[in-house]
Amino acid sequence: MTATGAASAAYIVAALLFILSLAGLAKHETAKAGNAYGMAGMVIALAATIGLAVDHGLSGTGAALMVVAVVIGAAIGLWRAAQVEMTGMPELIAILHSFVGLAAVLVGWNGYLSVEADLENQTEVSADLLGIHSGEVAIGVFIGAVTFTGSIVAFLKLSGRIKSNPLVLPGKNWLNLGALAAFAALTVVFVVEPNLPVLAILTLLALGLGWHLVASIGGGDMPVVVSMLNSYSGWAAAASGFLLGNDLLIITGALVGSSGAYLSYIMCKAMNRSFISVIAGGFGNEGSAAASDVDYGEHTEITAEDTAELLREASSVVITPGYGMAVAQAQGAVADLTRKLTERGVEVRFGIHPVAGRLPGHMNVLLAEAKVPYDVVLEMDEINDDLAKTSVVLVIGANDTVNPAAADDPTSPIAGMPVLRVWEAERVVVFKRSMNTGYAGVQNPLFFRDNSRMLFGDARERVEDILRAL
Amino acid sequence: MIGATLHIGVPRENRPRETRVAATPTTVTQLVGLGYDVVVEAGAGGASSFPDDAFAAAGARIGTADEAWQADVVLRVTAPTVEEIARLRDGATLIGMISPAFNPDLVAALAARPITVLSMDAVPRISRAQSLDVLSSMANIAGYRAVVEAAHVFGRFFTGQVTAAGKVPPAKVLVAGAGVAGLAAIGAASSLGAIVRATDVRPEVAEQVRSLGGEYVAVKAGEQEVSSDGYAREMGEDFNRRAAEMYAEQAKDVDIVITTALIPGRPAPRLITEEMVASMRSGSVIVDMAAAQGGNVAGSVPDEIVVTANGVSIIGYTDLPGRLPAQASQLYGTNLVNLLKLLTPGKDGALVLDLDDVVQRAITVVREGETLWPPPPVQVSAAPAPAAAVAPRQAAPPPEPPKPGRRFALVGLGAALLFVLAGFSPSELVQHLTVFALAVVVGFYVISGVHHALHTPLMSVTNAISGIIVVGALLQIGHDDALVTALAFVAILVASINVFGGFAVTRRMLGMFTRGPSSTVRPTLPAAR
Repeated sequence: MTATGAASAAYIVAALLFILSLAGLAKHETAKAGNAYGMAGMVIALAATIGLAVDHGLSGTGAALMVVAVVIGAAIGLWRAAQVEMTGMPELIAILHSFVGLAAVLVGWNGYLSVEADLENQTEVSADLLGIHSGEVAIGVFIGAVTFTGSIVAFLKLSGRIKSNPLVLPGKNWLNLGALAAFAALTVVFVVEPNLPVLAILTLLALGLGWHLVASIGGGDMPVVVSMLNSYSGWAAAASGFLLGNDLLIITGALVGSSGAYLSYIMCKAMNRSFISVIAGGFGNEGSAAASDVDYGEHTEITAEDTAELLREASSVVITPGYGMAVAQAQGAVADLTRKLTERGVEVRFGIHPVAGRLPGHMNVLLAEAKVPYDVVLEMDEINDDLAKTSVVLVIGANDTVNPAAADDPTSPIAGMPVLRVWEAERVVVFKRSMNTGYAGVQNPLFFRDNSRMLFGDARERVEDILRAL
Repeated sequence: MIGATLHIGVPRENRPRETRVAATPTTVTQLVGLGYDVVVEAGAGGASSFPDDAFAAAGARIGTADEAWQADVVLRVTAPTVEEIARLRDGATLIGMISPAFNPDLVAALAARPITVLSMDAVPRISRAQSLDVLSSMANIAGYRAVVEAAHVFGRFFTGQVTAAGKVPPAKVLVAGAGVAGLAAIGAASSLGAIVRATDVRPEVAEQVRSLGGEYVAVKAGEQEVSSDGYAREMGEDFNRRAAEMYAEQAKDVDIVITTALIPGRPAPRLITEEMVASMRSGSVIVDMAAAQGGNVAGSVPDEIVVTANGVSIIGYTDLPGRLPAQASQLYGTNLVNLLKLLTPGKDGALVLDLDDVVQRAITVVREGETLWPPPPVQVSAAPAPAAAVAPRQAAPPPEPPKPGRRFALVGLGAALLFVLAGFSPSELVQHLTVFALAVVVGFYVISGVHHALHTPLMSVTNAISGIIVVGALLQIGHDDALVTALAFVAILVASINVFGGFAVTRRMLGMFTRGPSSTVRPTLPAAR
């Protein structure tokens, strides 16, 4: 067996392990095994590749550099993974996507530098395949660069370093389409006559496009954006696979790309929005003016002590958390409240809206961190019909996902988005910092309903007040 | 199946000791209301005191056995015999208690015909499906009847009395398993005046036991059992030993024991051993409601009363619900009506089977000759958590789906483009494209059905995996051109952050997902249903 043959065999094994890994992650019972499969696949792939590189005559310096790079990268990665707060998970994942994008750009550039720019000496690509190689360089660099800057913008927005409001440039859709057209033209030029300036312009164009694409998407759509960027990072890896003629990269990239795209599609469906309109951006800024002149009536406040009283008398409680719970770091207090009420014989469950938080499944991760058993954490569809039979619903830091306007008011910007029908419960207590609108910028008639009570202040402090009162 | 009104046939039950019938005059009226024509075999309701006239008055047509079997939808209580299967017409729908888990041969025989078979005893235990749950409705009757049978054999009062002729002590009843049957037995026995104790592996039922006038006897200490699908499971060995001690102690003290412990798809657990039976007083009565599944009690014989050497009667009747035939038929018939309501959304006598609905999927054993058993598991948390019965209301009409014509055009265009692209590409590229296309499809299917809670870990693991791009950079490092090596160095570095960070963070997240308050090992045992 030659080294190349051995490497190809190892790649097939690694690819299968990656498929098992994704399949395992679909269920709680198999999730840990799935992660282990993924790690095993990665180890096999890396070992095979290093073997292959050595077989190709890797120099001592090269090997040393390789080891140094991997060690530094591993150290940084493990350190960040150990440090990150669960509330900061979206940012971490976004920045990690950008690394894949960056790596894809660099691999693409290297492809150009070692083949097209060095035609006399290169032996990797036969002359009749050069055009295809150039095309692959252009596509790989393009997708990588879009992923890179897009993820950076998502990271900055999620971590609050820049405003999450959508950027609205005049004719933004035309800008995007124009950039795509320019990319096509540049690719043709690059294939016909590969040269450095064209590749540089193409890279800059893609970086700009990535930035603009994500900058013009509002904060409320971030779960979709993160999952979309996840998909892009997969396509970027697949493009590099074509460039290098490496099937493992193609398979893995395509797996990640299509699974990420499907995840984004699930998210969009949960918000009743078209995938295209989310990618094209600009959702959060439509509705703020539309609803402002309607008189919703008065809201009623409640104190933490009275809320405790309500909970004491309740037979069933449903908690619907949102991003506000993450911001206030209230998940620990909420978990304590859950335990305390359960001990008193109150049935406590959680209703999670598919797009609650800033990342798909964000709330589940936070509640898991606080050791809330996952079998009381239910999806929207599982809990919605039970809400009418529920004594008290605690809305903690959620707003748009519990907005009755989505169901009642066809003119609302979020009309038709499936929401948690919390208003059907006997009593609703809304934890909120102020009467401001949520990410969609839409007023929430829930706050003014007769069975709703507002509990103002920091969610964690208020929950702790309730705990003391209990 | 669309259009013409369907006929529902109700044939007579032929099994020995089967007294029930799948429709009563009351449910016939409801079936007619759903738009069906109903044919009842002459004499079908005889054993359960429903005369043919009453069916006719309710709107049914009285017909022959063949007419009933040749209907489009055949309602039955018990599973059909091989001969009866042959009497069904092609394309018919048969609804009854098939017990597909215990009868693989029967399922095979049914699937040999182009028919659809729905099994009422496979209804999942979710709140929404409660109105269809025949196991519950029959267990309720059986639990009541078990007490009546015990009282019949027991030579004493259940209630305590002080009379001029002396004091009568109340009977002591132990009910093992506080599921539906157990609770019904507790209620019936305590309303007869007995002292009722009940035990169950699930401590959360203690409250229900007390609400019916029973006293909850816990198995001492140890693990808790919180059921995730609404049924009891098998328990660990240590638990079983302590449970056995408890039963041994109770057996010496009580007069009546009623055991109801069943575990779905398993032989019934042995709760009462020969020594325990031997330790009971003469004249005591044991009702083993699990006799058909192997029995909870040593020495019980299905469908018989066994009297042991020390004078203890062990009742092993398996037809307890059928011993209250009118009531059992009425409840079973109502369960069927509720199912047909679900299957007849238009109330127009047209049967629509929606396999995307977990309830309908769970009960479908055979569809048009294709075996669909076993169904995917339905997870029900200990707290009753129904799946949505109806899609959330939408204020705005959903966007029109693309017209099929347009969709075909798009698919066709895509296929044509791909064809041209592949046709003009060198073979190496085509090979890569093949791999690529297949991987895209695999990626799509492999994560469909992903649990919502796992979206974040899934994303971080795919993110780690997409760090595989490091492979590309690894092959480029050490290139003669210093610039190439430098770029590759950076690429390896950032991709490594991704690989290691991604897997580590996924591990950390998954480590936090826990289930239930107890339980790393799910212990096991019976209890009641």
